[in-house]
Amino acid sequence: MFSSLFSRVRFVLFAALAVSASSAFAGDDVYELIIKDHKFSPATITIPADTKVKLLVKNQDVTPEEFESYELNREKIIPGNSQAIIFIGPLSAGEYPFFGEFNQATAQGKILVK
Amino acid sequence: MSASAIIVFREVLEAALIISIVAAASKGILGYRRYISLGVGAGLVGAVIVASFASGISSAFSGMGQELLNAGILFSAVLMLAWHNVWMAKHARELSARLSALGNKVSSGELPLYVITIAVAMAVLREGSEVALFLYGIAAAGSAALDMLWGGLLGLAAGIIVSLLLYRGLIAIPTKWLFSVTSWVILLLAAGLAASATGYLAQAGIVPSQAPLWNTSDWLSEQSWFGQILHILIGYQARPTPAALVAYLLVLITIASLMVWVKRSNTPNSKELTA
Repeated sequence: MFSSLFSRVRFVLFAALAVSASSAFAGDDVYELIIKDHKFSPATITIPADTKVKLLVKNQDVTPEEFESYELNREKIIPGNSQAIIFIGPLSAGEYPFFGEFNQATAQGKILVK
Repeated sequence: MSASAIIVFREVLEAALIISIVAAASKGILGYRRYISLGVGAGLVGAVIVASFASGISSAFSGMGQELLNAGILFSAVLMLAWHNVWMAKHARELSARLSALGNKVSSGELPLYVITIAVAMAVLREGSEVALFLYGIAAAGSAALDMLWGGLLGLAAGIIVSLLLYRGLIAIPTKWLFSVTSWVILLLAAGLAASATGYLAQAGIVPSQAPLWNTSDWLSEQSWFGQILHILIGYQARPTPAALVAYLLVLITIASLMVWVKRSNTPNSKELTA
């Protein structure tokens, strides 16, 4: 607990020192995921193994959606016409499916880790 | 229609099971029904408020507001359930003796009844805000909305019926065993909620993201009905992370030790009274 708090503090300091250098967020690569008509696009996102990445999920529907994945251990509601950030990883190679809980019939996707 | 019924049922079930267990565990405490109803009411109001500020909450705390709120709700529920259990450890004998001998209710003494209210309100708040958002989505979608809305209501009704059945089943347990059964259930329930809370903390980046310790999803998936009910009641996770396991055991051991300690410190006192 304390060590994670410490590393967070350290991270903030580090980030503040390196505002100009975007490399301060090394490892936090951003991947965009669009929700439209209750579907994810792209339906498959390929990310590198053992790397923490940032998913920027943009919900372009007027209705809310819940990004959910048992494999990724993630669960987040994205209100209609808004966006949310979901950090995933570091993960080992493999397939990690996710779905939109509110529209499970159509909202299906997966993260491919290579 | 059936899709929306199932989604709402899943959400309602979690809150409803918690309410019926807390209700059964509080049987015999004077006025407990009022405090439970109050919790349900407060939780519903809170759920609508949380749902209507969903966008604001999401973008708070650099986009991690939702995770922090969920973790906070879960930890408060754990705290209230722990308090309830420790109090019951001290008073269960007296409570069941009075209940079976006289059919009398007892006043809760030093247990503030808002412990029950808050525990129930937290369960309703968490699941209710999701249901409210989902139903809002349906209403906003237009066309097929009415059909799906009926599905939602069906799911709501089904969740309430199942929890009433569980409540009836629990209070049918002979009084001398009732409170030990409910104490065990609440103990595991609280540990499971704490484990779930670590998931939100990991999602918010407060706890490091960890690979699961094991994977039993082929054996029992959390998405299956049985898996989901076990998830609610005993905190079953098919892929627990080290943080989830530590939180589970920590809460389990802490509450259990407090219960044992309180029961021990209470025993000489009750002997004195009977002598």
